[in-house]
Amino acid sequence: MDKKFIYCDNAATTKVSKSVLEAALPYFTEEYGNASSIYMLGQNAAKALLKARETVAEALSAKQHEIFFTSGGSESDNWAIKGMALNGAKSGKKHIITSVFEHHAVLHTCEFLEKQGYEVTYLPVDENGLINPDDVKNAIRKDTCLVTIMFANNEIGTIQPIKEIGAICRENKVPFHTDAVQAIGNVEINVKEMNIDMLSLSGHKIHAFKGIGALYIRGGLSLPNLIHGGAQEKSKRAGTENLPAIVGLAQAVTDATRNIKEKQEIISKRRDRLIDGILKIQETRLNGDREKRLCGNVNISIRGVEGESLLLMLDMFGILASSGSACTSGSLDPSHVLLAIGLPHETAHGSLRLSISEETTDEDIDYILETIPKVVDRLRSMSPLWERICKNEGITGTI
Amino acid sequence: MIYSEKVMDHFTNPRNVGEIADADGVGEVGNAKCGDIMKMYIKVDGDVISDVKFKTFGCGAAIATSSMATELIKGKTIDEALKLTNRAVVEALEGLPPAKLHCSVLAEQAMKSAISDYYKKQGIDPTPIVGDIGDCEECHGCN
Ligand SMILES: Cc1ncc(COP(=O)(O)O)c(C=O)c1O
Repeated sequence: MDKKFIYCDNAATTKVSKSVLEAALPYFTEEYGNASSIYMLGQNAAKALLKARETVAEALSAKQHEIFFTSGGSESDNWAIKGMALNGAKSGKKHIITSVFEHHAVLHTCEFLEKQGYEVTYLPVDENGLINPDDVKNAIRKDTCLVTIMFANNEIGTIQPIKEIGAICRENKVPFHTDAVQAIGNVEINVKEMNIDMLSLSGHKIHAFKGIGALYIRGGLSLPNLIHGGAQEKSKRAGTENLPAIVGLAQAVTDATRNIKEKQEIISKRRDRLIDGILKIQETRLNGDREKRLCGNVNISIRGVEGESLLLMLDMFGILASSGSACTSGSLDPSHVLLAIGLPHETAHGSLRLSISEETTDEDIDYILETIPKVVDRLRSMSPLWERICKNEGITGTI
Repeated sequence: MIYSEKVMDHFTNPRNVGEIADADGVGEVGNAKCGDIMKMYIKVDGDVISDVKFKTFGCGAAIATSSMATELIKGKTIDEALKLTNRAVVEALEGLPPAKLHCSVLAEQAMKSAISDYYKKQGIDPTPIVGDIGDCEECHGCN
């Protein structure tokens, strides 16, 4: 039998799709002009750039002049937050509202601003990984210059009440940014209806290239530059446009936002089978709301086992996944997201995230569900923590 | 982060996994909050560690260092075992990523803690022989 290879880490990054690659290829060796150049080759590039901008705008129900290409999700987040912070300071507004379980691109940017004299309110999330819009309302002050709340969480996949939060911000005239890196293509997004002022997206989560993304900035909202230099992106973001990546991003956005409903239905069925199957193992729990979650996200804590050894062993069986364990985060603490929903450290160390895509088949799900209990059995049978749990709580067996 | 082939070998096929029902000494170090616990069992014949087994909850490096440590002390005298340092475990594993060095410390502590327990069971104060084990002292992550 061939060694299995089942990629279940699409929340980390995705495979570039054929259609994206094909769309991008001509812009490497044929249409390689600089969009700022006056000759035909340059003008072709400018046209392709405009078309890509229109495509991305349309998918968000925005206007083309509201889309700015960036180097990815992290840059978009940095730009929105630092830009609004600079704006706010001009009128003495130095208060930002975010949540405790944002991506580090948001959290570390906010922490940086705190060191520069800004005040940041980190809203809590409930045990299901959801933010209460009332908390946003209550946190808004006269000096609040920005609310930034992620659309969908990258670890536990929970989808936030963005429309409600947007409405509250609009009512209070506070700019609202959302990191939609995980949401795009999984959830229908309409920036106008949802009262979104700025939105970050990233290519490599939706089968485009790494290092490309965009920031939607609502027309009329003034946002100072993060990157200064040439006149690209209407002088708002300098740097010769990465046209192959931009064309690829537009293709990926088109593919990802086409038939979202159908895709959701198919993928979430497989996801639910995975969740129900893994939860049959004793002493496991699903992290994050069961209903309000991304259609491809499974995040489960398995007591008595440690996440990294679980991942290494799954890898031996050809299943590629991720974990919120400290050992995989490069720090000594387990995932801030899992701690934020109230998991004790020891449970957070034993978490497993599987993020499936439209390419994950029913056979893949069968194989994963056959394999995980074997691996858990093996790790629990050598775990002194599991031994202790069993003794203290009168549990028998390993799975 | 990349593990050496030796680490992966000991993770994939850990040596001496299990328990010893009538162990002469048992040691447990680490804690669940930090994400690793090692438990080591020894059987002593005269002054020789005739058998050793371990159980570990932890990352790949934690399992590999426990496995390697048991391999290094099996059949050795207690004196020889006590000379085993975490460095020696790391070297035998052909290196560990810097963030994982604490796992090797834990393995050394687990072994010493099992030997201490052995002495205690003999009614001998282990401190002058084994020294201060300093459980978890390397860990700055949990508070
Ligand atoms: C929610 C979220 N925001 C931001 C990012 C960063 O995006 P990028 O890798 O494109 O910088 C990621 C992915 O790593 C993410 O999941």
